[in-house]
Amino acid sequence: MAVNKKIRELQEKREKILMGGGEQAIEKQKAMGKRTARERIMALLDKDSFMEYDMFVEHDARDFDMDKKSLPSDGVIIGSGTIYGAPVAIFAQDFTVAGGSLGLMHSRKIAKIMDHALKMRIPLIGINDSGGARIQEGVNSLAGYGEIFFRNTISSGVIPQISVILGPCAGGAVYSPALMDFVFVVDNISKMFITGPEVIKTVLGEEISMEELGGARVHSEITGNAHFFAHSEDECFEQIKRLITFIPWNNSRKAKSFEPGEPDRSFDPEKIVPDDPTLPYDVKDVIRSIVDKSDFFEIMELYAKNIVIGFGRLGGRTTGFVANQPLEMAGVLDVDSSDKAARFIRYCDAFNIPIVTLVDLPGYLPGVDQEHAGVIRHGAKVLYAYSEATVPKLTVILRKAYGGGYIAMSSRHLRADFVFAWPTAEIAVMGPEGAANIIFRKEIMSSDDPDGMRKQKVEEYKAKFANPYVAAAKGYVDAVIEPKETRRFLLHAIEVSENKDVPMPEKKHGLPPF
Amino acid sequence: MKEFENLGMLNINSIVYKTRLSAKFMNKKPYKKADQRMILSFIPGTVLDIMVREGQKVSKGEDLMILDAMKMQNKLKSTIDGTIKKIFVSKGNRVAKGTKLIEMK
Repeated sequence: MAVNKKIRELQEKREKILMGGGEQAIEKQKAMGKRTARERIMALLDKDSFMEYDMFVEHDARDFDMDKKSLPSDGVIIGSGTIYGAPVAIFAQDFTVAGGSLGLMHSRKIAKIMDHALKMRIPLIGINDSGGARIQEGVNSLAGYGEIFFRNTISSGVIPQISVILGPCAGGAVYSPALMDFVFVVDNISKMFITGPEVIKTVLGEEISMEELGGARVHSEITGNAHFFAHSEDECFEQIKRLITFIPWNNSRKAKSFEPGEPDRSFDPEKIVPDDPTLPYDVKDVIRSIVDKSDFFEIMELYAKNIVIGFGRLGGRTTGFVANQPLEMAGVLDVDSSDKAARFIRYCDAFNIPIVTLVDLPGYLPGVDQEHAGVIRHGAKVLYAYSEATVPKLTVILRKAYGGGYIAMSSRHLRADFVFAWPTAEIAVMGPEGAANIIFRKEIMSSDDPDGMRKQKVEEYKAKFANPYVAAAKGYVDAVIEPKETRRFLLHAIEVSENKDVPMPEKKHGLPPF
Repeated sequence: MKEFENLGMLNINSIVYKTRLSAKFMNKKPYKKADQRMILSFIPGTVLDIMVREGQKVSKGEDLMILDAMKMQNKLKSTIDGTIKKIFVSKGNRVAKGTKLIEMK
């Protein structure tokens, strides 16, 4: 039968291609603790949901004997599938085929699935594992990268873009992940840098390993390029799946609602936060005392720990949390934490996710290093992101909210929709010690007992201003609430804000300070 | 209330907070005003040539040495009038960033 014969021919062709770069190359990949590209896709997507496209694509490079080489699928697998039933478009570079190097057809396949994701308004997931540009294809490789970066940018804020670094990702290639929303890395497997250790040694004489230069830990703790750190590919895929449950398919939808559930009673907000504003506590416990089932999904856990960001649910609906963390650097705003918070706020705003802000900060971190690193410019990003955001903005002032930090953390003045304060809140232009030193300088200096006088004046200032009622008297705070009432007030606020609509002046785009 | 470990002290606007201090904060170098009499390599490289010797008087703008780095020959010039007190390196030396090159008085 002719048909049977043709079907068999297709099956044989497929089988050959499914071997990727061949047994040896696959063995090498496994020896590095890595899965093959297709195995990764299978592990990440719902069972039997993956449909592969462009399997038969071949390169047409002719220089450097490339015309004699066949590269199955041109080193990248593309297709679509589902995660917990939600459709996603995916590409995975195949390191076993010419080191996953990016040539013209390879890049065209990636561009094709990116176009597809944007057109269908579904999330894009990119798994990077590539030695970089395919040098034999010259400028065509560069053109390929450019086409990808352009699409990343155009898709930004329309569909979620998730980048998974499961191997090397070096040189120009790093800019696609950098333009995407969330970057996942795995310890000992991910390596990202613009210029590698070799070049650094030759030019600068500095010796450094790939891991120390751009390993998973470096990008999770120091550079802030990565959002999720995992110890294995399996753990990484679980993190991606969990993220997918919290975010919508695109910017015209809301995230899927889940069955609501009460928080774990062992997180008692009254017992978490000490009254003394100089003592630490873990603000993540406060978040857990508020969100459904105490289920909080933290993002950038290891970077700029003085601010906590992540997703939880209120009444079944995805909510973004931004919280100062008194346990780390007293919860100050600085260059890194401003950067971390601002980007997350913009993410939530782009994808219709309400933002809850928990405030407890002493202000900005003083220091020459901070000033010279541009804390003015970076700090401004937080003001910009909150002011610009039109999703529901709910603020809870837990304890101290001093000075510029108070304004920045989603205050009424930046158009927070609801501002609640606990009775422990201290909303003031600065901390009592600093304020007393300035206001009562003369009295303190001329006193026979300056220290005693200072203490007395600090107490006077505290009694008068270190509370939520001065701000409440002006309507800057909508309600002073008991800690245990927080969830109830927030659930109500989310309910009320469901159809929030604020007109904004027409413009092409604003100019955030980045 | 939970008890936390590894707490330090952080002073923000006259108030001292009990909190964990980040590695970045602990490792930051205190700011030092640049000393124009101590010339350090601003980049890693190789000493290609030294145009002065110890005890020599030099005036502002005079060439002191050539540091070969990043495929460029960088001429180091004196920013003050003075005398060469000590030369720490010799021709052909590879130097790391921040290495002492010349001290003037």
